[in-house]
Amino acid sequence: MAVQSSDLSRAGAPPALVAVQIGTPVETPLVRTWRRFRRHRLAMAGLVFILLIAVMGIAAPIVAPQDPIKTNLSQALEPPNAAHWLGTDPVGRDVWSRTVYAIRISLSVGIVAVGISVAIAIVLGALAGYYGGLVDMFIMRLTDIIMTIPGLVIIMAVVSVIGPSIYNVMVVIGILGWTGMARLLRGQILSVRERDFIAAAQSIGVSDARIMALHLLPNAVAPLLVAATFSVAGAILTEAALSFLGFGVLPPTPSWGNMLNAARSLSRLQENPWFWVPPGMMILLTVLAINFIGDGLRDALDPRTK
Amino acid sequence: MRQYILRRLILIPILLLGITALDYTFINLAPGDPITAMIDPQEMRQMTKEDIERRRHALGLDQPIPVRYTLWLKEVLRGNLGHSYVKAQPVSRLIVDGLKNTLALMTLSLIVTTLVGILLGIISALRPYSWLDYTLTALSFSGVAMPSFFFALILIFVGSLKLGWFPTSGLVTPGAPPSLVDQLRHMVLPLIALSVGGTASVLRYTRSSMLEVLSEEYITTARAKGLAERVIHARHAFKNASLPIITILGLHIPTLFGGAVIIETIFSIPGIGSTMVDAMNNRDYPVMMGGILLSGVTVLVSNLLADVTYAVADPRIRY
Repeated sequence: MAVQSSDLSRAGAPPALVAVQIGTPVETPLVRTWRRFRRHRLAMAGLVFILLIAVMGIAAPIVAPQDPIKTNLSQALEPPNAAHWLGTDPVGRDVWSRTVYAIRISLSVGIVAVGISVAIAIVLGALAGYYGGLVDMFIMRLTDIIMTIPGLVIIMAVVSVIGPSIYNVMVVIGILGWTGMARLLRGQILSVRERDFIAAAQSIGVSDARIMALHLLPNAVAPLLVAATFSVAGAILTEAALSFLGFGVLPPTPSWGNMLNAARSLSRLQENPWFWVPPGMMILLTVLAINFIGDGLRDALDPRTK
Repeated sequence: MRQYILRRLILIPILLLGITALDYTFINLAPGDPITAMIDPQEMRQMTKEDIERRRHALGLDQPIPVRYTLWLKEVLRGNLGHSYVKAQPVSRLIVDGLKNTLALMTLSLIVTTLVGILLGIISALRPYSWLDYTLTALSFSGVAMPSFFFALILIFVGSLKLGWFPTSGLVTPGAPPSLVDQLRHMVLPLIALSVGGTASVLRYTRSSMLEVLSEEYITTARAKGLAERVIHARHAFKNASLPIITILGLHIPTLFGGAVIIETIFSIPGIGSTMVDAMNNRDYPVMMGGILLSGVTVLVSNLLADVTYAVADPRIRY
């Protein structure tokens, strides 16, 4: 450190100024975002909750040793007890095990579906924003069309036709869910495109693909990240609704949505709340936690807030 | 303005063409067809390939997709949505039958969402960081995250089964003389379940929008002029704060349509939603396409209305 500053001062720079520059640790955008995010208490609580259930989902066989799939009619609808912490469902499956294993379904649907949406949004949003003109016009009209499709109805229609399964649900939610993010990214890129460093890159002959990938996207991606976080919550809700209606993940695979479906019989709804309240609460808490994370990220990435 | 509305109206059929073409292809590209869903497997085993082919021919399922789509479109332009494969009724009849209940549910829900959401949002914004504000904010966060079907089950559990205040399902009490009071009583729980999410998000947007406007300088000016607080809130603040709320309400309508499907199914309300769910279970393509067309029209028209309202509320906007 000392050697450096004396080297520089010999080169003619004022020593005091150099010392300040070297002494100040540079805060990378990632570190800054994390520092701001940490101050958002609800967002941190949300993050802790999601990490916790993610670990539980991964370690499901350890956390929930009972078989989530095997039915046992002689133990049907038992209230919570020592062997079955949350009781059993109408066909004698352990509710705690099913609730824990269903974490895998919900989180993977959320992440994969939004992964697909983000990939489409990045490609189409970047193309529309960077090239403008006819390309932009075409992509944006396509976005308009897909945006006006009432999500749940179409997703149900498509899934019912291609067959309900977790993979089909992920893909269909992903394919129909990119419109908002593509618009957001396009708008962002329209403004970044006019900045001087893009003109500089173009003037030295950098290829379009390289400009988009290395110069445009990193500077336009922050709002997309926030929107993607909220989309994960939306995808989890959609999957739950589909599975509840019988158009999503089908039993015996446990999903919070299809676990609630068993409560549509009035007598069970009334007499056996232990098997339908836990999955419902898990959907609520998971979506709440992800929304808090999204709020925290938005505040942390917003250059206007300090 | 008039030109703008005209342009948008012309755009609606074009967009509808895109939506229906996309959906038609989607639905028909999939493996399996209505025949397999219509005939029960027992009977199927006894049928020869020719029998099945004849059934498919009778329904026109052996034609290529573009041909079928064009045919469907031609009939739609004549006001004919085709016949249900499963129920011996024209699709338009099935849809009109369901439409009344669905529209009633959606309209009432939109009114509740708007009034309650805006009212609570303003209350929240006028006393920021008070216990009332914190309570409302917490409620709105939970409302946004609450899956409507779980909330509907809770409502039935508490409101019907435990307290016995409201009926659990349907729209009329079987055997009782039909009356408006009876229908409204049946509507209460579905309405709450359908409205909670939208109300919560309108509350949040109203609150933040009001807070932003209340910190503007023209509000200080209005106070300095000695205007009554009530006048300031209603005339100066809310009018300007209402712009983003209009957008949110416009965007809310497609969601409402999906929500109605879930709610109608849970509460066994005969409407478009339950008709659609039945059609999907039976692969009743004509009914599915009719429902999709209807929802497309609803969404496009409500988007247009939102944009027009926006322009009326904000004189700075010139189309």
